[in-house]
Amino acid sequence: MKGLRNYLDKIKPNFEKGGKLEKFHSFFDAIETLLFVPNKVATTGSHIRDAIDMKRTMIVVVIAMLPALLFGMWNVGSFHFQSLGLAGEKTILETFWYGFLKVIPIIIVSYVTGLTIEIIFGQIRNHDVPEGFFVTGMLIPLVLPVDIPLWMVVVATAFAVIIGVEVFGGSGMNILNPALTARAFLFFAYPSDMSGDKVWISGLRDGQGIVDGFSGETIMGYAASGKLEQMPYSVSDMFFGFIPGSIGETSTLAILIGAVILIFTGVGSWKIITSVFAGGALMGLILNLFAVNDYMSVPFYQHLLIGGFAFGAVFMATDPVSASQTEKGKWIYGFLIGIMAILIRVLNPAYPEGVMLAILLLNVFAPLIDHYVIESNIKRRLKRLKATQA
Amino acid sequence: MSEVIKIKKGLDINLKGKAEKVYIKADPSKTYAVKPTDFTGVTPKLAVEAGATVKAGTPLFYNKYKPEIKFTSPVSGKVLEVNRGERRMILEIIVESDGKFESEDFKVSSPAEMNRESIVKTLLDSGLWPAIKQRPYSVIANPADTPKAIFISAFDSAPLGVDYDFILQDSAKEFQAGIDVLSKLTEGKIHVGVNGKYPVSPVIQNTKNIQINLFKGPHPAGNVGVQIHHIDPVNKGEVVWVVEPQKVVTIGRLFLTGKYNASKIVALGGSEVKKPRYYKVYEGTNISCLTDNNVNEGDLRFISGNALNGTRISQDGFLGFYDSLLTVIPEGNKYEFMGWIAPGFKKYSFSRTFFSWLMPNREYIIDSNLHGGRRALMITGKFEQVFPMDIYPMQLIKAIIIEDIDLMENLGIYEVAEEDFALCEFIDTSKTDIQSIVRKGLDIMIKEMS
Repeated sequence: MKGLRNYLDKIKPNFEKGGKLEKFHSFFDAIETLLFVPNKVATTGSHIRDAIDMKRTMIVVVIAMLPALLFGMWNVGSFHFQSLGLAGEKTILETFWYGFLKVIPIIIVSYVTGLTIEIIFGQIRNHDVPEGFFVTGMLIPLVLPVDIPLWMVVVATAFAVIIGVEVFGGSGMNILNPALTARAFLFFAYPSDMSGDKVWISGLRDGQGIVDGFSGETIMGYAASGKLEQMPYSVSDMFFGFIPGSIGETSTLAILIGAVILIFTGVGSWKIITSVFAGGALMGLILNLFAVNDYMSVPFYQHLLIGGFAFGAVFMATDPVSASQTEKGKWIYGFLIGIMAILIRVLNPAYPEGVMLAILLLNVFAPLIDHYVIESNIKRRLKRLKATQA
Repeated sequence: MSEVIKIKKGLDINLKGKAEKVYIKADPSKTYAVKPTDFTGVTPKLAVEAGATVKAGTPLFYNKYKPEIKFTSPVSGKVLEVNRGERRMILEIIVESDGKFESEDFKVSSPAEMNRESIVKTLLDSGLWPAIKQRPYSVIANPADTPKAIFISAFDSAPLGVDYDFILQDSAKEFQAGIDVLSKLTEGKIHVGVNGKYPVSPVIQNTKNIQINLFKGPHPAGNVGVQIHHIDPVNKGEVVWVVEPQKVVTIGRLFLTGKYNASKIVALGGSEVKKPRYYKVYEGTNISCLTDNNVNEGDLRFISGNALNGTRISQDGFLGFYDSLLTVIPEGNKYEFMGWIAPGFKKYSFSRTFFSWLMPNREYIIDSNLHGGRRALMITGKFEQVFPMDIYPMQLIKAIIIEDIDLMENLGIYEVAEEDFALCEFIDTSKTDIQSIVRKGLDIMIKEMS
């Protein structure tokens, strides 16, 4: 590695102020810090620092998403071959390989678009390229339907990074979760590519034949149209993920593995994750009690297994920047996300899925929740002061 | 005796090189220094010039805006030089010892017979007044104030922290005398915080006129600010004073003998020290008498104080006025290939993102590397896990950054000092210099309230 280091040291002056390639400073810096943890030492304050940094934090989140991603790739292939009536004839590897080839381009497009914009902004604003996009760049593909046109991925990612993050001052200053901003943008701008019974299965939109009895409808689609009894999926299908849906959202099991990684390493907030599930379960129960239609009577625990609920709870709601920042606030924030997600999902006829909107809504309200939590701390202090003065 | 106060939040960082409980009587140093930079908020005005002959207790400089607060030489000898930094700021006043350790005479009688006024005057004249600091703001106490209580933390929970039970074991008489002096300065109690994990040492146990409070838990349980917060928190307009235990002994000695005897016991620790042990030295000693032939080769960082909130000094620097520990760790000015994705079996982290969590009891060598680039304050919920006060650390830090004075006050700035945030700074993913921010906040409040 010495040779590489020497090479970097040799070309570094070109990228610094006054150098020939000054315009590419951010790019060089991003590559250099990716290869080597900088040699900067603590100059003030604590002389020793924790080994963790933003890169490490973000890479842990990406690792936590891998089970969902790998399962998602397999699931894409699996449903594709089912729709062609070839389900029994393909090996696991062939199935996975088909999905892999479908999903990888989306991931590449998302990363290239996002990182290019981040590097440009880093250069203009003269700051390091933040690592937040490590995660966002992976989240975006995982919450999209597999047949999404790649140009839409470009537009949505650019929208999320520029309007969702950079206009607020960059990573860490944003109000909304960037990956959900991208998804919401597509959902409202190109609804026909983001919903319906065709988009979730690779190939259906190109008119590749459906064998008899196969439908690309999601469980939410069945429930919303009141055809639950025709639905071919069991509860274990829902849990393991043998259901149609966005690339990474289908397998609750794979997502829970990710949740365990996040919680064990201390990177994700267990308070948010558990409270989202608790809120969703409670709302599901309430709806069950007053059920007057198919969707309201979906058993509450099934709500937690279908659609983007688990994925949203584990990977979206826990984004520290857009979530509540106080620990008490996190309980409230997560709980309300759970409630709102199921409420929107079941009672709003326009949107068969409510998780995305619930999280975005609570992103907006998170500062308000924090405000009241902190206000109570302030009141406690003032009360103590009054007590001593009395 | 009160019941044990359990501190749940915090973090014990297990650094390699804890000092063995053995006294070494090193050859006393030739040179000693008093460093105005040790005393936050003091604008020094010299009282002597280079070449002047001084005794222990002879003023070297005083605070320009509070001239009654003097800073005196710890030893007898000759003023060697005055080192200045940028804009002629006085960095250190170096005294060459004549080896006799003679002191000025201070008129004293038993503390019980002295009134508050004469006690204060003696402390000011001897240069021991700066040993008393105050909360809020963590600066030298104002002699005009009467604090509602005085706090002494008699255990050090910081990384490689000294063992005060060991340091104080032969100073029972002086410690009692020091307490007697301090008790004249407050109408409230004198609180002594001790580690509830171990039996209370005989010295503390037998001292009269103190309230012993037991604390159990990880660092920062030994921080006096945490102890104040749990015993008698500082409200707006209130003042408490804090004194370091060895300074209580020095004060006691002054009032028993009428001499300023600046001897103290310090620990030498850290992964780069060959034999980490305790040393008997004098205040402001040059550290080379401790470190010569006793540290490893290589690029090293010498820290007066602990690794979390001590002061960086040079290899031939001088020990700080408030410090009882000298820490020596490796400098971390080197690159690390792909460090952010390596398994990291040897890397210490509060999180479990490195595989070092497999070995929770090992002793770590941690260098001075930041381990990453500066970022925005993104990660939440972590500071709260190492900040055992009913205060929102992240929100207070942000209030300071935007200089919102009302908000700082509401969020509890009067109760905190830089050192209370040291662990937050240590674990911070975004590598923000949090202690500097807190100091800035305290300085803003001093300006605003004066």
